[in-house]
Amino acid sequence: MIEIKGLTKKFGNKPVVEDVSVTIQPGSITSFIGPNGAGKSTLLSMVSRLLDADTGEVLLDKNDVKQWKSVEFAKRVSILKQANFINVRLTVRELISFGRYPYSKGRLTPEDEQFVEQAMDYMNLTDMQDKFLDELSGGQKQRAFIAMVIAQDTDYVLLDEPLNNLDMKHSVQIMKILRKLVDELGKTVVIVLHDINFASVYSDYIVALKNGKVVKSGPTNEIINSDALREIYDMNIPVQEQNGCRICVYFNSH
Amino acid sequence: MLIIAAIILSFISLFIGAIDIKPTDLLDWQSEETQIFLISRVPRLMAIILAGIGMSIAGLIMQSLSRNKFVSPTTAGTLDAAKLGILISMLFFTNVTYTQQIIFSFVFALVGTLLFMQILDRIKFKDVIFVPLIGIMYGNILSSITTFFAYEADLLQNISSWLMGSFTLVISGRYELLYLSIPAVILAYLYANKFTVAGMGEDFAKNLGLSYKFVLNIGLILVAIIATTVVLTVGVIPFLGLIVPNIVSLYLGDNLRKTIPHTAVLGVVFLLICDILGRVIIYPYEIPVNVTVAVIGSAIFLIMLFRGRAYAK
Repeated sequence: MIEIKGLTKKFGNKPVVEDVSVTIQPGSITSFIGPNGAGKSTLLSMVSRLLDADTGEVLLDKNDVKQWKSVEFAKRVSILKQANFINVRLTVRELISFGRYPYSKGRLTPEDEQFVEQAMDYMNLTDMQDKFLDELSGGQKQRAFIAMVIAQDTDYVLLDEPLNNLDMKHSVQIMKILRKLVDELGKTVVIVLHDINFASVYSDYIVALKNGKVVKSGPTNEIINSDALREIYDMNIPVQEQNGCRICVYFNSH
Repeated sequence: MLIIAAIILSFISLFIGAIDIKPTDLLDWQSEETQIFLISRVPRLMAIILAGIGMSIAGLIMQSLSRNKFVSPTTAGTLDAAKLGILISMLFFTNVTYTQQIIFSFVFALVGTLLFMQILDRIKFKDVIFVPLIGIMYGNILSSITTFFAYEADLLQNISSWLMGSFTLVISGRYELLYLSIPAVILAYLYANKFTVAGMGEDFAKNLGLSYKFVLNIGLILVAIIATTVVLTVGVIPFLGLIVPNIVSLYLGDNLRKTIPHTAVLGVVFLLICDILGRVIIYPYEIPVNVTVAVIGSAIFLIMLFRGRAYAK
């Protein structure tokens, strides 16, 4: 279990994340939502140890994440930041194999190979395993990176805006895969999302941030209603139900 | 294929020179030809092989760690810093020993490269062309400092001999320092996976549990060792560390475990061709290898720039 306790981070004098306390429920998808500059990505970076917090702590299985050894931590928690700028020429298979790095340091055992095969299979990448990353489209590339994280086989998968620059079809594809990771493989996914409707349809829990503070957090159906949304976004957002999905119709709100 | 080319070229290299040596001459152990062969030709070939491997691997490591295809010991001030180090050692000690020169040159190469990486961290505009341009300017600044102090101290002649990369003066007893680059290259191969992971960025490396800073420092130390040994023995060889890794990257990608052997052999082939050309064109005189490398290298570099801008991103 991941528990975030009183986490604060300042850039200069400006607090970007302020006294945030949240518990991530295992075996679920938790979305971080909120306006630009709310501190969502910073929070995710601190949970995954990419950034050090000024005060407060993040506990993984009751132990402060700072106490964890890097390699052991990498077997439990993986983070994928926006990966579009990575320009290394690796084949899809090579990239996914690096997901096994924490276990094998690059010398793959037969067991590692099996994980790589499974991850490729899972993400439908087997056909293009020998293609270089720079020959792929944005959606395929994103799938390759997620496959790498799947091969890393961590209980917790943290993703920072994985739908950025993806078209509708690929966004839906990625979200469905994340859902499958949770439902079939029992992973815990924490994801920063910009599109509130993806958060509404696919996540179990939502943490809403604003100016570095948690304004709302709880099960999705407690957050996706007009009253709560007004508090988060300062907008009047009607919510409509469609085939059991709650859709926020914010396009012509005032 | 590449290895066969390297072997053939090595053979040619052994039997080209002002004095005609035939393989049959070597049967007589006492002959003058055999002496020349052992004192001059074999050391020269070894120097070319070691410098070729060293410079291209150093370039490969730098490109991976800086995540820029056009960063190399020549375009990041490493070689200029090494030269400055040699000069400072000469100013510091009146009777400078070889060991002192090595240490100074190594420390300066390391600090100089580290400084460039720091600059790289701070600049916001990280265009593939812009970064090496800054590196070249930075190198030129170091180089002018070196020239100024050398002029003041009347050491210009000494300095210019390092400016010019050449295998002409390589004879046995004067190149053995280059063997120090062998352990550096072996270490680079052992660290290949770590460099590849680090080459995908700090966040990416941390996600996989790699101690990024440590790997970065190891890489820079290896580069500094190689640069020092090459500058002190044969001088500055430009472009090699830039072009060779890029050609290999085009057909093999950036997985260092896979590309390091290719890069090493291609580096040797490229340097052998340049050296043989330099020895043949105005036979029996010689053109220093840095001239032939620069002419051929800059042409290839330009081609890479024009057709490769898209790929380098």
